[in-house]
Parts: sequence; structure tokens; C-alpha cells
Amino acid sequence: MDFPRPLPVPTPTSEPFWSGIKNGQVTLQQCDDCSAWVFYPRSHCNHCLSPNLTWKPVSGKGTLYTFTVARRPTAPQFADEIPQLIVVVELEQGVRMNSLMVNIIPEELSVGMAVKPVFHQQDGATLLYFEPA
Amino acid sequence: MGLQGHAAVVGVADFKNERKYTGQRKFHLEQWAELTRMAIQDAGLSKQDIDGLCCASIPESSMFAPATIAEYLGLNVNFAEMVDLGGASSVSMIWRAAAAIEMGICEAVVCAAPGLPIPSNPNRKPRDPTRLFGSTSALWGSPQTEFDVPYGNVAQNAGYALIAQRYAASYGYDERALAKIAVDQRTNAQGNPNAVFYGEPISIDDVLQSKMIATPLHILEIVMPCAGGNAVVVVSDRLARKCKHRPVYVTGCGEHLTTRSVTYAEDMTVTPVGPAAASAFAMSGKAPKDVDVLEAYDCYTITVLLTIEDSGFCNKGEGTTFVNENDLTFKGSFPVNTHGGQLGAGQAAGMAGGMSQPVEGVRQIMARADGRQVANCNTALITGTGGIMSEQSAIILEGA
Repeated sequence: MDFPRPLPVPTPTSEPFWSGIKNGQVTLQQCDDCSAWVFYPRSHCNHCLSPNLTWKPVSGKGTLYTFTVARRPTAPQFADEIPQLIVVVELEQGVRMNSLMVNIIPEELSVGMAVKPVFHQQDGATLLYFEPA
Repeated sequence: MGLQGHAAVVGVADFKNERKYTGQRKFHLEQWAELTRMAIQDAGLSKQDIDGLCCASIPESSMFAPATIAEYLGLNVNFAEMVDLGGASSVSMIWRAAAAIEMGICEAVVCAAPGLPIPSNPNRKPRDPTRLFGSTSALWGSPQTEFDVPYGNVAQNAGYALIAQRYAASYGYDERALAKIAVDQRTNAQGNPNAVFYGEPISIDDVLQSKMIATPLHILEIVMPCAGGNAVVVVSDRLARKCKHRPVYVTGCGEHLTTRSVTYAEDMTVTPVGPAAASAFAMSGKAPKDVDVLEAYDCYTITVLLTIEDSGFCNKGEGTTFVNENDLTFKGSFPVNTHGGQLGAGQAAGMAGGMSQPVEGVRQIMARADGRQVANCNTALITGTGGIMSEQSAIILEGA
């Protein structure tokens, strides 16, 4: 049985993030009231619960907060992507996100390394991956 | 404020852990009936004494689980709770039961966690591929579906590996110390005939040479799923005095959660068990030095290490030194997971793995732990962990 690779289905709230990625631009929400950066996209600020969030373009640069090299697929849908270089990236704005690293061998991954965005085409969708900066 | 220590665990029950279940398959309702029968018999209570229940979700009924269970067992209950805290559910059930008893709304609460396979549905639907993400939600609108799943950060292994790698970068990583946790617990399992790894001790080299699943986690640092199931019965002071065994009082509790996906935790290496254990210690008037046995939720070796640190048994970042300096077996200087833990005894399906820790703590304090009994065991810290360090809870158990 062949399992399709899971892709994000944007919600009304998250749509600006994914359309930004499609156009090669990382955008994040910033709270108008407390200035906190918010990720993942939300209806309300997770620092002060303000509903006043504004989408802003950012560089997408950050550092590797942590990583794992999955030698066994985390789900059958990822069986042909072994090893999966699963990472958590901390952007310059302080928010963290899940992603995958590309253009690197597993042995060169290190916590704290500088990374920059890669707009990865996958089955008609665009995902935000990262590579060494 | 807090628990006054007027509720006690007086009976326990468990199904034998088996990697390949050989018995008849049973629905959770049927397992609930059997576990309840066994637990009240163990306590010396009768069915009529039971007036409360705490459960996790059951596969037979996506809503109204407590009423369905009460009806199936023929119970009249004044307290019913369904706890949705993953692997922390069992520990959290027990403190909720104790709190309800101390409030005076009930006197005897069964907390059960079935984990045997259920019968195969003859009208089975085609397999839903989103179920392959384990406990990770694949429903539209869930942040996990949108921001975890597309990047392969699904199920448990990757999340705990991310935590371990961050720990390594922050504090260093003595892989032999992490492996020793699995080894010492496996030694404990040799005193537990119900453990799936009974008769199969391992060495540190065995762990480090086992298959790498997600760096830095080897397969022998990850729980072995199995069939099983267990239950406890928690009662009032008054009933506890009528029961057969030494009452094991619930004298402190705590619970903490902030994130579902550990990606967003403020610091991935600082776990929710910290505030949970601090609350449990403060409530009971006990300190880490008073603990005779630690039964710590152990989905992975890193979970045990961080629980030892964050519960206050040693300083942050000194966990591996602590593990190297202590013998974690039941005969050792700091007994941990004396039944083998879920790493050594198996992780029974559903929420049953997390019930194995309180059941073992109770058995130790009742002095009924047979070939793995800790001498003079009076005080235990029990922890539960759900999701990817998403939620943790802690209770202090003390013998009367």
C-alpha cells in the first residue's frame, strides 16, 4: 500500500503563511499590542491573547535549536526519505518551528549552526525547509 | 490546602504483559470488568463499596465513556472522570480519585487502564493512513497536522530524540549513563515474571550496539509495546482500615503542561515534571531525600534522566553523573522502576504502561514485590508523562 506524503492544508488563519512560502517569502505574525512574534499562525497572541496580529515579512534566517537523524521512518509516508534530518529551527525573532534540513550530510548537523530557508517544492505544495547559511 | 493524606490505594490488579498476546481478545469494557473484579478482590472490598471511577478514553465509545463503563459493570458512582493526559493519565487519575474522596463525594474509586487487544471487527473499514502517525493528530485545523506532520515530526521517537540532542548540546551526553538506565531497569525486570524481558538481562554495550532509531536513541532505549493492563482502587481512610493490605496513602500530587509539541517548549531540556514533583513534595511535606523508590514514567531513557534531574534528585545537567554514581536496581542506592519500568517490563497498550508505575509503587510499599522488593520501602515518588513531554504528573505515596 502506497501512502501519500502528508502536506499542509492551510486554514483561513494560516493561509498567509503558506502563500508567503509559495512566493519565496517567510512571513510571521507580530502582536500589535505586546510586540511578541507568534508562530505557528494563530487567531490570538499566545503571549497576551490580543486578537491584533499583523503579518510581516522576515528573513527566515535562524539557528538549529536541535535535530535528530531518523534512521527508521517516523511513519510509512516517509519511508523513501531515510535518513530524515528532522530539525527544530529558532528564527531570529525567537520563534521555533519544525522543519527538515537539506544540502547537508547528517554528520555535519550541529546545534547552534546558522541556517537559512529553502522553499521546497513537494507534490504541488511548498514546504519551508532549511540549509546551512 | 492540598491532599491531606486521607485517601489510600488498597488494591491493585494487572494482566500479564505479553509481546504476543495469546489469550482471548477483549473489549475495554470487558477488561474494565475483569480488572475491577481483580482489584477489589485484592483489596478485600466488595462491588457495593465502589462509588467512583476514573478512566481514559475507550475504543467502544468516543463519548460518555464513564457512564458506559458504570453501566457495563453495574456501578452506581458519585464521581466519574475521563482523563486525557496520555501517559500521564494514570497518575493523574489517582490524584483526582484521592481529591474526590477527600472532598467527601465518594469513598472508593477504581482507576483502570486496559491494554489487551480488542476483538477484530468483522466489518472492518479500510485502514485510515492518518492513523499511522501514532498519537499525533492528523485532523485538519490541528497545529500538529499543519506544522509537525508535513516535516515528519510525528509519533514519539523523533520528539524525544530532539530533546535528547538538545540536552547533549546543553549539558554533554554520556551515552553509557543513558544506556545504564535501560540496563539497571532490565536487571529489575529479572525479578518480575510479568515483564516481557524476564529472563533477558542486557549490558551497556548491548544497548549501545542496538539499532539506532533516531539519533541519539537506540532501540533498547525505547519502550517495547505489549499487551497488558492494570488497575488500582483508591479508598477513604475509613474503608482503608477494613482492607487486607497495608494502605498506601496519596499524600501529595502535582501536574503541569504547557505544550503539545515539544518544539514550542520554552526550554526543551526543562520538563513539566519539575513543577509537578515540586507540588507533590510540598503537599506531602517530603523531600527527594525521603524517597525510597522512584517509579518514573520511562518511555525513553532520556525521560528517566530528565525526571531524576527535574524532580530534584540532583542538579540540572548532573543526571548522568547521578546515574553513574547510583545503582538504580531494587537492591541499589537509588531504586528506579523496580518492576523493570516500561523499558524492561513492556509498555502495555492504551494508557496501561503509565499505570504500571503506580501499581509497582503500591506493591513496593505493601511489601508485596516478591523477587524485587526494596527493603524498608515506605515512600515513593510516581511520575507520569504524556505526549512528547507534553504533560507530566507526580504523586507521593506513603505507607500507613
